[in-house]
Amino acid sequence: MPQFDPTTFASQLFWLAVTFVLLYIVVSRFAIPRLGKVLEQRQKTVDDDLDRAQQLKAETEVAIATYEKALAEARAKAHDVLRETQDQISKAADTRNREVAHNLAVKIKEGEDRIAAARDDAMTQVKGIAAGAAVAIAQKLAGLSVDEASAQAVMTSGKETA
Amino acid sequence: MASPVAQFQVKPIFPVVPEGESLPFYAFTNSSVAMVAAVVVAAVFFWLATRKRAMVPGRWQSVGELTFEFVANMIRDNVGKEGMKYFPFIFTLFCFVFIGNMLGMLPYSFTFTSHIAVTAAMAVFIFVGVTIIGFARHGVHYLHMFFPHGAPLATAPILIPIELISYLSRPFSLSVRLFANMTVGHIMLKVLAGFVVALGAFGFIPFIVVGGITVLEFFIAALQAYVFTILTCIYLNDAINMH
Repeated sequence: MPQFDPTTFASQLFWLAVTFVLLYIVVSRFAIPRLGKVLEQRQKTVDDDLDRAQQLKAETEVAIATYEKALAEARAKAHDVLRETQDQISKAADTRNREVAHNLAVKIKEGEDRIAAARDDAMTQVKGIAAGAAVAIAQKLAGLSVDEASAQAVMTSGKETA
Repeated sequence: MASPVAQFQVKPIFPVVPEGESLPFYAFTNSSVAMVAAVVVAAVFFWLATRKRAMVPGRWQSVGELTFEFVANMIRDNVGKEGMKYFPFIFTLFCFVFIGNMLGMLPYSFTFTSHIAVTAAMAVFIFVGVTIIGFARHGVHYLHMFFPHGAPLATAPILIPIELISYLSRPFSLSVRLFANMTVGHIMLKVLAGFVVALGAFGFIPFIVVGGITVLEFFIAALQAYVFTILTCIYLNDAINMH
């Protein structure tokens, strides 16, 4: 086999060394820097784009957060206004209720007082009339003259056998 | 019919040397032509691939980038980040062997990777280089390659010779694998192609087989370039990270 013919080894090894070194120079000085740069640039572009997208996304998120905050604030404010109004209304109603109730109570009291006074009046008058009647009856029936004061006293002391 | 091994004959082009006589080391032979052609093909390929350096690659640039990434990933996966220092060498090695194998598939061409002198020279260079890297990185500690950590001391008399032999046999297996694959493939093609003529009317049978084998040989040409490169990566990994 020609592979084992040592007369050709020196030439093969020499040209192997020459061409391999040449190819090494081509690859390391030419191919790798140029290919590496292209790949690196592409990677950089992709990364930059991704970064920008990330940034825009963050901005959008901030905008959404601001909007939502404003919305929540408006909602809270509306709620406050509503509650305040409700409070005012209920307070006014309370005051009015209390006033009316107070007035009514006063009027009821006045009426009751008047009724009590009238009753007392009537009671005293009834006692006077009864005493007078008793004196007159005593005069007519038994011929006793009883003064009105003692008759009155008897009336007030309650039952007493005549 | 010419001998099936005649295709491997190294013939001087310059200077003219009578057959059987030793060639001077500078003799430019058909083997040298193939080697120079490989360099030219690689240079033209890389020129085409990096001519435009577009953001969106064209055909040539795509192939160039794929090759670049292919070899770069091979090193990253097998050796790691530190192996990238040797990326230019590994990339050169892959291109040289791959293009050498592929040029050999052209009719009437010469396959320089089918010569043991060439593959052995590369394998020995890799072996010596890897061993130097190993000792430079780990010092005497690199000798632990031959006696793994945690193995019982009693196994040393068996383990160390085994590991030593397996380590020392690397350049042989590396060079013989490539040389044998390329040589056998080409001999097989030649013999089968000879049958096409020899069988006369039935020549179409070996002809179909030759067609199939040719496809297989293209596959082997690519595969052996890959195997040669990845084994170099594995040896380099042993030297850099130890196992």
